[in-house]
Amino acid sequence: MRFMIIVKATASTEAGVMPDESLFAAMGDYNRQLAEAGVLLDGAGLKPSGHGWRIRYDGEERRVLDGPFAETKELVAGYTLIQVSSRAEALEWSRRFPNPHGPGAQAEIEVRPLYELEDFPPSPAIDKMQALRATL
Amino acid sequence: MSTVDDTIAAVWRIESARIVASVARIVRDVGLAEELTQDALVAALERWPHDGIPDRPGAWLLTAARNRALDLLRRDRSLRTKLEQIGLDLEARQASTVPDFVDELDARARDVLKDDMLRLMFTACHPVLSLDARLALTLKLLGGMATAEIARAFLVPEATMAQRIVRAKRLLGESRVPFELPPPDELGQRLGAVLEAVYLIFNEGHTATAGAAWMRPALADEALRLGRILAELAPHEAEVHGLVALMELQASRMPARLDAAERPVLLLDQDRTRWDGVLVRRGLAALDRAAQLGQPRGAYLLQAEIAACHARAQRAELTDWRRIAALYGELAAVQPSPVVELNRAVAVGMADGPAAGLALVDALTREGRLDGYHWLPTVRGDLLLKLGRRHEARAEFERAAALTANAAERALLHARAHSAADT
Repeated sequence: MRFMIIVKATASTEAGVMPDESLFAAMGDYNRQLAEAGVLLDGAGLKPSGHGWRIRYDGEERRVLDGPFAETKELVAGYTLIQVSSRAEALEWSRRFPNPHGPGAQAEIEVRPLYELEDFPPSPAIDKMQALRATL
Repeated sequence: MSTVDDTIAAVWRIESARIVASVARIVRDVGLAEELTQDALVAALERWPHDGIPDRPGAWLLTAARNRALDLLRRDRSLRTKLEQIGLDLEARQASTVPDFVDELDARARDVLKDDMLRLMFTACHPVLSLDARLALTLKLLGGMATAEIARAFLVPEATMAQRIVRAKRLLGESRVPFELPPPDELGQRLGAVLEAVYLIFNEGHTATAGAAWMRPALADEALRLGRILAELAPHEAEVHGLVALMELQASRMPARLDAAERPVLLLDQDRTRWDGVLVRRGLAALDRAAQLGQPRGAYLLQAEIAACHARAQRAELTDWRRIAALYGELAAVQPSPVVELNRAVAVGMADGPAAGLALVDALTREGRLDGYHWLPTVRGDLLLKLGRRHEARAEFERAAALTANAAERALLHARAHSAADT
């Protein structure tokens, strides 16, 4: 199962303020723990929304809206993608996520499961097994 | 949103291997270390529902398990004598002062822990154990899986699996397998045994030859996790990265392996847009890590390179068959096998034309080592068909159909035989 840990933006991430040394170290340490446990798939920090844009669809029309965008708390500042064996394991790892904006700062992370293969095919698992067996 | 039991199970999954490894350093017995760690788990199951989950649940479990180990050392004179005899008392005492790994670890303590994890892997895959026992112990000790889960995954009764694990632990004790890294002259071979166990677990999950389908991807995921852990523990071994790359790339194709009607789809016919991009990228990155080490390419690395040729081709027609043929040639030199040679024949047939491929297949046929293997006539039939030799192709497909035990495959081969003669 894959989960995305999403770090929400703040005024300082939106201002492009780089995290200080100790925060870098804490995040590095956490990422290393994830890697050493074999659960880290991917992760990145995003530049402020002022570097990005949106496309708004309205009927057949597409309009480009340049950033920055106002609703800071709804914006994404970074993500970490993990692969674990249960929801509880993802919860446990996310509990250990360091405060992404430094100790004492107001911050929020959000965790969302990704859709998996088995969320799609409606057919019974038995058929799938037989079909897979036939591949070989 | 989650019960205390779920949390304990999750903490166990995350921490158990490291705790077992740390305790094994003290008591020098993997089976005993696992029991002591289980005891700590039982204590957690009793306490946490009342006291609440500790802030650092991993540290709590580690401390509980380690205290039990130290108590045992104090009480059990024979164990202490045994350790003293092999000059390990000092190290055991040192081990008890190593700080908790969930605290800010200094580099040395981290190295100690990594070392312990590696020892645990080598011990679980020790050559005194049967292959079955190695897989079971690896999943139990390193994967933190419950015996019942492992039993389900391997389709044996739980009692059978429990027996297998108990016997394996006992055998390690009786054979006096030390909790050590292998000596340098054995390292390559012993690492090979670890990689083999991980890849066998992956294949159990990936190929799903039998059993409850939903359990299978879990095994493949578990093998991937073990491989990724191993790559962090032994980053200077190119074959480890090769195995990880191979598994990541094979797993990346999972979403495309069945069509809408749940029928299997051959590699060249798969919808490549459905391949998992994250895993493809991870696989290629693992290959880069391996390449930077500049070591001779082993069997896993070569197979991963071949898988990467497919991964890099956005459409099947863009596949670099010449490179694949060369890689199979290299693989045949490292790990000679008629099956590798047959694969090389396919690649050569794609790169240099069917006549060149057929020459290799005919050489294999003369050797006779693949008699009874249905892929040989299947491949030969393919090549003959491309050369326009339809009647011969038909005979090969019929021969292949008679050799396969799989009904779906047999039907497909009969159909191909039929159409070969028709067109």
